Amino acid sequence: METLEQIKVRLEQALPQTRLDILPNECPAGERSLIVESSRAVDVAKFLRDDSQLRFDYCSNVTGIDWPEAKIKTKVKKKVVVEGVEKEVEETIETLRSGHLEVVYHLYSMELKHGPVVLRLRTGNRAEQTHLPSLTPLWRGAEFQEREIFDLYGVIFDGHPDLRRILMWDEFEGHPMRRDYVAPDDFEYEPTPHDEVLDAAKKHYPVAAQPEVKPEVKA
Amino acid sequence: MIDEGLKSELQKQGVYVTSMQELYNWGRANSVWPLTFGLACCAIEMMAASMARFDLARFGAEVFRPSPRQADLMIVAGTVTKKMAPLVVRLYNQMPEPKYVIAMGACAISGGPFKQGYNVLKGIDRYLPVDVAIPGCPPRPEALLHAIMTLQEKILNQKLTGPDRPRHLNADVEGEYPVPTYGPHDLQPSKNSEVWQPPPIQR
Repeated sequence: METLEQIKVRLEQALPQTRLDILPNECPAGERSLIVESSRAVDVAKFLRDDSQLRFDYCSNVTGIDWPEAKIKTKVKKKVVVEGVEKEVEETIETLRSGHLEVVYHLYSMELKHGPVVLRLRTGNRAEQTHLPSLTPLWRGAEFQEREIFDLYGVIFDGHPDLRRILMWDEFEGHPMRRDYVAPDDFEYEPTPHDEVLDAAKKHYPVAAQPEVKPEVKA
Repeated sequence: MIDEGLKSELQKQGVYVTSMQELYNWGRANSVWPLTFGLACCAIEMMAASMARFDLARFGAEVFRPSPRQADLMIVAGTVTKKMAPLVVRLYNQMPEPKYVIAMGACAISGGPFKQGYNVLKGIDRYLPVDVAIPGCPPRPEALLHAIMTLQEKILNQKLTGPDRPRHLNADVEGEYPVPTYGPHDLQPSKNSEVWQPPPIQR
């Protein structure tokens, strides 16, 4: 199979004015992925599927990721001259990452027996710009997985043939796999609580009993 | 009521004396027909229990019925999600009296390893009267056999008359259990407090 760089070059030739980025991956497997502008995602996907050297006819997996707004700290080593002596000082730089939702497609070719190529589509933000083009018209197997991402993350796939909740019930509100989802509190009866369950159960402890809490462990 | 000593004396002479209650309970205890349904991996153990190696047929409970109308026993085998819970309660309501419930495995008892999740019911006993609970994840088929034997013992000790007679013989007791509805985040109501009365916890 061609390398991701070669695929990117050919994509840019075939589809001018398409912004593509390769996301580096520092983990041992080094699986890099292609970040695709959402407005051109269908064209890019169609090229990957139909090109005679690529033929990605099988979409094996579709996943969602929630990236909330966060401050990212990066450590940078700087050389500073203090009293005539050169010293290496670590400096932390804080950058604000805007929140967005991400959908990841893993593509393989059954015909040419190669793959995967990983596509990533990103939404504008996590509140109202959560629309992405659906790739179900190209790979039918993505239908249920896109429904699952719609259900659990709240990404709206334009062009999906049957976009409704698949795991939660229809009356459900919110998207439980988002990092800021607050689950219903039904920890009122916890005979043996520990860790996070203990914290949740403490809210249901009777008020009068709270001053009597002792750190001693019963024998 | 016949004296126990006289009864055993008569039995030695070849005269078998019994009571209507004993005969009735003996018949019921040995033909407990479970409802065919499994919710998760516990169902695999339930199936194993009904197969030749463990042979649930020895206890008269091998006839898994595919319809709630023909079943006496509901084995809640596996994780009850909040989406599934109303359907489980509805199936229970559709079973004819007398009926029994076994909560099989950690999930059916309390939510088990999924209790911190947003989507799993923390125990089917919040909506249904559970007769026997089997701990384990999943419980071995022997544990299910033990639960059936425990249930048989319970059936054999039920009284046909008197104030402590079971629900199906007491016309004043409501037999149907309210089916919860789907709410925006949880089931509504999130528990049936008439059924679910956990003991107070000393802290």
